[in-house]
Amino acid sequence: MRIVILLLASLLALPAQAGLKIFATVPEWGALAKEIGGDKAEVFVATTGLQDPHHIQARPSLIARTRDADLVIATGAELEIGWLPLVQRESGNPRIQPGQAGYFEAARQVRMLEMPSRLDRADGDVHAGGNPHIQTDPRNFLLVGAALAARMAELAPADAQSYAANWKSFAERWRAALARWEKQAAPLRGLPIAVQHKAFPYLEDWLGLKEVATLEPKPGVEPSVAYLGKLLAQVAANPPKLVMRAAYQSPQAAEWFGREAKVPVVVVPFTVGGSDKAKDLFGLFDETVERLLAAMK
Amino acid sequence: MNHIPLWTLAAAGVLTSLPATADDDLKALREEIAQMKQAYEQRIAALESRLVQTEAKAGNAETSARQASVAASQKPASESAFNPAISLVLAGTYTRLSQDPNAYAIGGFAPTGGEVGPPRRSFGLGESELGIAANISPTLRGQMTLALAPEGGADVEEAFIQTLGLGQGATLKAGRFLSGIGYMNGQHAHTWDFADAPLAYKAMLGGQLKNDGAQLKWVAPTDLLVEVGAEAASGGAFPSTDRNQNGATLGALFAHVGGDAGVSNSWRAGLSLLGTSPRDRQYEDADSTGTTVSNAFSGRSRTWIADAIWKWAPNGNASERNLIVQGEYFRRKETGNMAYDVNADSVGPLAGSYASTQSGFYAQAIYQFMPHWRAGYRYDRLDSGNVSLGGTLSPADFPLLAAYRPKRNTVMVDYTPDEFTRWRLQLARDQSRPDVTDNQLWLQYVVSLGAHGAHSY
Repeated sequence: MRIVILLLASLLALPAQAGLKIFATVPEWGALAKEIGGDKAEVFVATTGLQDPHHIQARPSLIARTRDADLVIATGAELEIGWLPLVQRESGNPRIQPGQAGYFEAARQVRMLEMPSRLDRADGDVHAGGNPHIQTDPRNFLLVGAALAARMAELAPADAQSYAANWKSFAERWRAALARWEKQAAPLRGLPIAVQHKAFPYLEDWLGLKEVATLEPKPGVEPSVAYLGKLLAQVAANPPKLVMRAAYQSPQAAEWFGREAKVPVVVVPFTVGGSDKAKDLFGLFDETVERLLAAMK
Repeated sequence: MNHIPLWTLAAAGVLTSLPATADDDLKALREEIAQMKQAYEQRIAALESRLVQTEAKAGNAETSARQASVAASQKPASESAFNPAISLVLAGTYTRLSQDPNAYAIGGFAPTGGEVGPPRRSFGLGESELGIAANISPTLRGQMTLALAPEGGADVEEAFIQTLGLGQGATLKAGRFLSGIGYMNGQHAHTWDFADAPLAYKAMLGGQLKNDGAQLKWVAPTDLLVEVGAEAASGGAFPSTDRNQNGATLGALFAHVGGDAGVSNSWRAGLSLLGTSPRDRQYEDADSTGTTVSNAFSGRSRTWIADAIWKWAPNGNASERNLIVQGEYFRRKETGNMAYDVNADSVGPLAGSYASTQSGFYAQAIYQFMPHWRAGYRYDRLDSGNVSLGGTLSPADFPLLAAYRPKRNTVMVDYTPDEFTRWRLQLARDQSRPDVTDNQLWLQYVVSLGAHGAHSY
């Protein structure tokens, strides 16, 4: 017993880390927090770009990491509903509970698309708060980032200036990159595309892509070959020029459709870490635009 | 747009009908036509761009309308906006059993009084679970799970309040809750990977340990999960009894350690201790004369549980393929007194000392070999050990406690088309009873409706 107490005491006596301790549910917000936090924040990312963000488990390590977090950054709009509420409750950390300053939802900062007009699971895995995949439109990072920088400054007033300076620098570079991407991607405007999962309404909104087909019959429901065949016949009059899927998704359906419709399959990184080149937020959109353009050739 | 070809056609017609001699005139005319063509093209381009703008404006109007509707819907409509999250779990089975489920017993172990046997044969309704949960205040959350039995009546499975972060990693829970001991004990039965509980849970805890009491849990400030908890409860169900006394009659301690091993692996291991002192814990047995008698144990009961689980998924993406391996080992020591035939149905009351050391474990692996499909295998083993009965007690009067090592092999395949539906086929060869093999087949569905609850690890 004495050993246990000594051990516990030594754990409690661990030196406090400098800067904000941030827990990000998905890589894109982790990357954004790193841009703003610089060396004044310690960022832990719960998932990788190769994991399906809808199906994450409340792993023991996540409970351990939220226990001491000053700020939890989530996408919100029910993306993390299957695991984050449990992790928050189990953490014993009052600062990161919903409603507290230490809990930040990115989806609250942007205009949501695909708000369902009715809620029925007969429609598949729909999200009541709208489509949660807001990170595929780079313009959203300006909205989320501004709010996040303000929240981080509120939580760590001593580092507020540093966060503000980092944010200003990032926002400037981001606007320049936005102009570059939009110029590069101009030929994509109006391009008819097929997508595997309804994961890209924000990207389509940004680049003016026209989604003419979704391979999943309902969100989160895998398509059968019979269904894909039917879909192929339906889009024959207005065929898509490419079929797009996120890096974490199973390749079968998109590959089958691409082969039959004789159109290229574009695997977009979807988030930071979704491909080798998508190492940071800039790389993410460099790669996304590049892969889409390459498919048009 | 149709104007151009018509106009040019007309112009071409005029041109061809002109006499070839008027070269200058022709040249001038050509220039004029070229100018007009250019003017038309410009006007068409202008029209097209206006069309694009109008389309964009229409789109904007649509989105702003949608935004307006969003703003409206975010306002609480009425008092019902504060309604708690409600979820309902429905389950049903079809079973084929080669042995009578009403005669089910686990050889070598005193019956627990819990619902541990297989369900009735043929079609059967499982327990329907109604869950209601919501935050009570910024610091408290409440949750209740009612189990509605198919034969009627509701059982309060859980009803507790829980702090939303006491700070320093501590969480306090009070009310009736599933004890945090072991790995599977804290999980609702519908989330288990097999249709029924491991034999060790059935024999040692009467299925699952539920406490009426309080639990304090603390998470250490480390990157590796180190979690310790303590529970105090009033007891009542197996292995404890209602003592009608002030103070707790059941205590539990547990510790968990867990973490990741690379991106693809995660794990958790734990050690738990459950201690209680039952008084007059009765069970029925047939004595040496064949009469059904009630015997009662009083004394100390200590159960140790070691549990471990390891999960693997390529790149940590469990939606394609994944593997879960888990096991738990139980060891229980009971010492005290055994009273024979307390109701004097046969020879009459007798008492003597009682001591037993009993153990058991299960080990299972579940593999998801393609999206939505999983297959699993479970091995169960119990060891009743040799019960020592003192004084005038004769082992012949306690046939249920005769040394035996029950075992069971179980395989299952389940199909989970979406997060809210699961179909399962399970086959088991159950040798819980001495000299009897029960071949079991289960077909089961488990679905959940309503609020999307988070699942524990």
